[in-house]
Amino acid sequence: MIKHLLSIDQLSRDDVERILDTAESFREVGTRVIKKVPALRGRTIVNLFYENSTRTRFSFELAAKRLSADVLNFSTGGSSVSKGESLKDTALTMQAMGADAIVIRHSSSGAPATLSKWVTASVVNAGDGTHEHPTQALLDLFTIREHFPTLDGLHVGIVGDVRHSRVARSLTLALPKMGAGVTLAGPPTLLPPEAEGWGAALSYDLEAVLPKLDVCYMLRVQQERQGAQFFPSVREYSRLFGLSRDRVEMLPEHALVMHPGPMNRGVEIASDVADLPRAVITDQVANGIAVRMSLLYLILGGDGSRPAVAGETGARDA
Amino acid sequence: MPDGVLFRAVRLVDPASGHDGVTDVLVRDETIADVGSGLAASGAEVVEEDGLVLAPGLVDLHAHLREPGFEHKETIETGSRAAAAGGYTAVCAMPNTDPVTDNAAVVSEVRTLADKAGLCDVVPAGAITRGQRGETLADIGEMVEGGVRLFTDDGNCVGSSRVMRLALEYAKAFDAIICQHAQDEELTRGWQAHEGHYSALLGLAGAPAEAEEIVVARDLALARLTGGRLHVTHVSSSRSVELIAAAKAAGVRVTADVTPHHLVLLDEDLVGFDTNFRINPPLRPVEHRDALRAGLASGAIDAVATDHAPHAPEEKQREFDQAPAGTTGLETALAAILTHLVEPGVIDLAAAVDRLSVRPAAILGLGEHGGPVAPGRPANLVAFDPAAEWVVGERPVRSMATNSAFTGRALRGAVRYTMLRGAFTVRAGEPQA
Repeated sequence: MIKHLLSIDQLSRDDVERILDTAESFREVGTRVIKKVPALRGRTIVNLFYENSTRTRFSFELAAKRLSADVLNFSTGGSSVSKGESLKDTALTMQAMGADAIVIRHSSSGAPATLSKWVTASVVNAGDGTHEHPTQALLDLFTIREHFPTLDGLHVGIVGDVRHSRVARSLTLALPKMGAGVTLAGPPTLLPPEAEGWGAALSYDLEAVLPKLDVCYMLRVQQERQGAQFFPSVREYSRLFGLSRDRVEMLPEHALVMHPGPMNRGVEIASDVADLPRAVITDQVANGIAVRMSLLYLILGGDGSRPAVAGETGARDA
Repeated sequence: MPDGVLFRAVRLVDPASGHDGVTDVLVRDETIADVGSGLAASGAEVVEEDGLVLAPGLVDLHAHLREPGFEHKETIETGSRAAAAGGYTAVCAMPNTDPVTDNAAVVSEVRTLADKAGLCDVVPAGAITRGQRGETLADIGEMVEGGVRLFTDDGNCVGSSRVMRLALEYAKAFDAIICQHAQDEELTRGWQAHEGHYSALLGLAGAPAEAEEIVVARDLALARLTGGRLHVTHVSSSRSVELIAAAKAAGVRVTADVTPHHLVLLDEDLVGFDTNFRINPPLRPVEHRDALRAGLASGAIDAVATDHAPHAPEEKQREFDQAPAGTTGLETALAAILTHLVEPGVIDLAAAVDRLSVRPAAILGLGEHGGPVAPGRPANLVAFDPAAEWVVGERPVRSMATNSAFTGRALRGAVRYTMLRGAFTVRAGEPQA
């Protein structure tokens, strides 16, 4: 298995399938009364969060704790970082404390890759700048797979600020790897033309795309982009590219609606659309824990020779 | 104490005289005493090594020596030593120091420090505008009196068309050169990489090649309007080369340089986020690189300039977007050009010496540099072994900084001797003093 998870780009289709298959067995752990297995007992995992992120940090924290790892949470406010410590020195400090894995969220693209050159611990990218958010893509694939027999041949639309979205970048790179087609939809200022080279189609017309989709994946509108004039107003954006009640009817009946959160209800997604049964947004959150358990387990515990621990034997020990 | 130095049976490559062949060169005191076959040593120290090439000392149009103000990155002494180690006998020091070299006092300080180091002729460049803020002209005339020939706000682009016009016009009084770092500020705000496949893949904010071309096109128009002398430094876009070539053909007074890293490296090298590849202007795809090579070969681009940009380790060992842009270059330029342009036959050795020495010396008006290597001329020379292979980072670095974008790459071509006015600044590969 891989040592670090820095980008989706580095994973083969087999790697992805192994992570998702292993996550299946870990998902069951989350349904128990005692949601814990001893797979990573005695291992130390550091959550190094340079950007605020409640959901991703909680998800990684729960994943590590359910694997019985020791977890350190390091966030920048009130820490040595606010005293001017560099990423390198912080990383070396975590290393000296015996971290086996460092989960890093950072506003700079490439920070996890840079970190991985300085430490012997495994590095997991929990979102870096406008680069990638590979565990989000993995949990999205896992969630889609729950509803379809295979990812092969599915058509996924990713709608919104693809250019600045690490979620979109990882998912856009992951889906073709798994045999699925991708169409990116949004205003031209928010779509990277280069994505056509990754096997994605581009469209500026959401309504033309919707009837062809198996999954409609809505991205959060980042309000700060409006200041840079990528689109004239949130109101106009919502009119042209929001998933309204009317538009959701243009999707095939079987199609899912997804969103990585946090949502702006009434902006990129109508409030009642977000609450439809086909909107699997809370499933994404729940699956995130299982997928991150799988990933941490495979990176730290699994040498690939043992079957996924997930389950039964370990669980009874707990 | 030997009397002078005899370079015996060297291949003398001297474009200024058209000489390219094996000969002896005798140096006495500060000057070339004789050039010819079978010269008698008569008391001179004899330098005789297999395959040695002798050429006029290299001249760099564009180096950041960082002093005054940023002595934690480089000093004029360490930068001069790096220059000598790289075969340079003259270097034009960029003015983005602290204080900015925008007046005669700072010019004089830089010159004094360079004379004290004595390893390389350092010609200060002056700022075009006060504080390099792009608003009002700096003391161009007073700096000319202090020996400045080239003016630039390098690091910043002169964004205002009006200020650029005035600078080109005003500098005509002194036949001085207005050197532009061509980069549209608004199109490159927050940029980290060339805008294209790799910036999109890596999630790095892009700077399109058009941001350079827009300014090059405007400045060429202003040079035509004013009759002033324009120099475009570190050209990085294929269409900039086309624009410059067309302007030259139309009689616009323009010269240009390109860096070794833009001639060799590519935007794809950014995969892995190594901050040594964070460079301004950014490394671009192969079609740009190949056009730069062709432009250097055709003469559309006059010179190779290093844009030597030393930074302290703690500054470069950062997140990619937080690291300052730039790579060192003085100690790798010659080998990079020999390995990647001369060996594959893009240019021949004489053309390499022309672009690294003769033309930059002519642009700066440095009569003592760039050859010809002829009796009575100042002995500013470099002797190198074009076949010696070395790996960047594995031999001592003379600059204070180690942020080379060539780190880990094997290059061929090693400087064995550098001579400034008859005195070795490098002898048998070792910098002197």
